[in-house]
This record gives sequence, C-alpha cells and structure tokens, in this order.
Amino acid sequence: MSEINQAMVEKYRNSFLKEVEANVEEGDWVKMCMQCGVCSGSCPLGKFWDHPPQEIFMMIRAGKRDEVLQSDSMWMCTSCYNCIVRCPRALPITHIMHGLAHYAKRLGIAPKNQPTAKFAQLFWDNLMKKGRVNELKLGLSLYFMNGFSEGIKTSLKMKDIGLGMLKTKRMSPMEMLGGHAVKDVGGFQKMIKKAQELEDARVAQHGGK
Amino acid sequence: MAKLEYSFYPGCSSQKGASSSNYLVSVQTMCQELDIQLNEIPDWNCCAASIGYAGGGELPRLALSARNIALSEQHNPGQEIVATCAACWLSTRETQERLREDQGLLAEANQALAEAGLKLKNETPIKHMCEVLVEEVGYDTIKSKVKKPLEGIKIAGYVGCQTNRPFGISGESYENPKYLDKLVDTLGGDSLQGYEKKVQCCGGALAFSEPEKSQEMIKGIIEAAYDHGADMIVTPCPVCQMNVEVYQDQINATYGTKFKMPVVYYSTLMSVAFGRSAKEAALDGQVIPAKKLEALAK
Repeated sequence: MSEINQAMVEKYRNSFLKEVEANVEEGDWVKMCMQCGVCSGSCPLGKFWDHPPQEIFMMIRAGKRDEVLQSDSMWMCTSCYNCIVRCPRALPITHIMHGLAHYAKRLGIAPKNQPTAKFAQLFWDNLMKKGRVNELKLGLSLYFMNGFSEGIKTSLKMKDIGLGMLKTKRMSPMEMLGGHAVKDVGGFQKMIKKAQELEDARVAQHGGK
Repeated sequence: MAKLEYSFYPGCSSQKGASSSNYLVSVQTMCQELDIQLNEIPDWNCCAASIGYAGGGELPRLALSARNIALSEQHNPGQEIVATCAACWLSTRETQERLREDQGLLAEANQALAEAGLKLKNETPIKHMCEVLVEEVGYDTIKSKVKKPLEGIKIAGYVGCQTNRPFGISGESYENPKYLDKLVDTLGGDSLQGYEKKVQCCGGALAFSEPEKSQEMIKGIIEAAYDHGADMIVTPCPVCQMNVEVYQDQINATYGTKFKMPVVYYSTLMSVAFGRSAKEAALDGQVIPAKKLEALAK
C-alpha cells in the first residue's frame, strides 16, 4: 500500500464520504444524490460497470472505500454527459467519476491493467511533452501498452485502419520526427509544473502528512 | 472586412497530418463562403479532452484551457473564441465556468499562468462553430448561398454527445436536437427526422481502450442510419466522425454486416452545397468515399 494511501486511511478512518469531499474533484456533491438511478439507466456502457454511479454514491456514504476506489467502474465513463443533463439534482456526475478515477490513480490503488486507466495516462503524458497531442505516437504507445508481442498483434489488426488514415492524409509518419508542438514549450511546462505544485500542496493539506 | 470575426481554437486533431485535418479544410472553405474570418489563437495547446483526467488533476487540467483563453484575450482581444472540436469547446467552456465559480482556483490558475507570462481575465465568450452557424449566420443566409442543393441525398444527422451535452445549442433539447436536420434541409438535402441514434454515444476515447464495447455502440449508430435509408451520416464532432467511419471493416468482420456508410462533417456538406470543389470540401479526406457528394462537386 502506498504511503499516501496509508496516510489517507489513517486520517479518514471512519468517513470515506469526508475523504471524498476533501480530495475528489466535485466530491462535495456526493451527499446530494437521492438514489433515483437515472444516471445508471442513462449510461451507454452501464451494463459493464461493476457498480453504476448511483451505487458508487451510496457505497461512498456507506464507507466502502476499497470497493469504490479499486473498482473498474469509473473507468467505464465515456464522458457522454448523459447522466449530468438528466440528473434531477444536477450533480456533475461525469466529473465526479473522473475525479474518483484520478484519486484512485493518485493513491496507486486503481485496478492494474485497466485499459482506459492506461490509455488516459498515455494521453496525458503525450500532451505534456510538447503541449499538443501527437496522434501517431499516442496510437503506437496504445498498441504497445501491453508489451511488445501484444503490440505487434494489435498493430497488424489495426493496419488497414492506419493505411486508410495515411491515404487520406489524416495520419502522417512525419509525426515520429518531432511533430506538432507549442512554440513556448518551456513556458508551457513551467505553468504545468506550478499547477501541479499547487495541487500537491492542497492534497498534502487534506492528507495531513 | 469580414462580416464575422472570431478567435479560433482549431485543436490538435485538426492539424496537418492529424485525424480531422479534413474537418479544418472544409471549415475554412465554409467560412470563406459565409464571410467569417477565423484568427487562430497563437500558440494554443491541447485541452486534455475528456480523457486527460487519469494523469492530470483538476488544476493542471484547468491550466491548459486557461492558457488558451489567456492567449486569446491577449492576442485577439474582444473576439469571441470559436472551436470546431466538441472536446476543445467543452473543455474550454468548462474551465471558464469552474474558474468563475471558484475564485480560489482562479487565483491558483493565474499563479500557474504567470510562469508562462500570462494572465487570465476569463471574460471571453466561448462558442462552438455550430452555434455561430445557427445563431449568428442563420439558416436564411446559409440557404441564400446554396448553389448546388443536396437534392435527393438522404442524410442521417448524428449530433453525438459533447456537441450536445452538457451545453448544447441554445433552445435545442438534449434528447432530440434538431439543428443538424434543419441544416441538412436548408442545404436542400433530405434529413431523416426519425433517426433514433442521433445522440447515442460512440464510445469517445474508449474506442481506443475498449474497442469491442465501443464498436457495439457504433454498430447501432450505423445500422439505424441504414434502417432509415441514409446515403450518409453527418456529424459536427471529430471523434464521432472518426469512430463511426474508420471501424466499419472491423465491425463487419465481427458482426457479419456489410457496412460502407460515409460519415461527413457538416462543413463538408456545406462546402459542396456552396458549389466548391471536392478538394475544397475535403472529400479526399473520406476513408469511405461520399460518392453522392463527389458526383455533385464535380
């Protein structure tokens, strides 16, 4: 168990709801859920969630910390915003799911080998390098995220799609060499570094260690 | 001078050699015809879309869009920001709202921006190109520019998710937005009013990480278009366009279907209807050729 996770367990020993309110993006909305279930019924990938959003909200209030944070569920969110616009209490459900997923990742207890958790991290790392997404490198890193031999298999499976994109000039091999970037990469990275420091300071304040 | 002028946020996927570079080409053509001048935000960065959340916490993510708004306010003062990509528009607007609601976060965002020599006033309205078309340009003006009506072409209007929720176009419903159908009719085409998958999710970024689950949804989107006799699908979203167009062979292999449904941008439809060439309408960017539009654009 990671040190930060241990610290959080100590601090919020009896209240997972308080922990979520303090540490999860838009987490202070969780207590507003009235358990109507419209979110769960509106989710396009709902049938694949171990615990749909309505359940997640009640589990948070019931203190089921491990079951929530180690769950595969939040990583099934496609960001379609159906739940947000239909929620009778206007909870920002999509953002809460993203927030829970991010918090689990930060604590190091998100499910291992969860494909969306991996892809989402690759996406972030990709854009952090130069300020703009390099689609070619992102695609290749996705294909190879489960190792080399798996990567070759996926690449072969995706070959025709790649060729279609190449032919229509919607993919460019030139992106391997440098590729698109912001001009002020230095300023961009300093800005992100500062934002991360401020965010970390807030986390540390809530974590109490 | 152009009639309308905006500060333009094109987004990563519209860049040269990227997955929706064809969208940008057709948008530029469309804007020439409608006398809209787009002034690119200098040195804009990625918005992190809605999949950046694993690695990026709240403030680092908000800082990304804050930088774009700040750059726009500095270099294109007084101009409203327009985005063509659903995710770009959504992230930028969300950031603006979050930083308006939370002054503490705004102060922190400005601390981060100061590292890049920028300051956010956060006063600039942020619009989607479809809002500009519907609310600023208007159907009547669009109709007056049509030289080659899309006669007899049946087009399923697939609005998707993020152009529609949570913000959407003012006055439209989340469950059954009608502006895309109205646009098709305005261009002389046949909209398919009963197309029931118009706001169905295509999987978004999960088409990459959960291909089977996403392709099951994409199959439904295409199947419903065929059920209504569609010649093609039109969409305003780069992720929708790519997801619904490029996986059709894989879906055919999995489900034994024979899909070959073109998926085009509204801007491609408009460029063709306005009498511009196939190249200017970016029809050469179709992985599945839109033959009825090619015939018209000749």
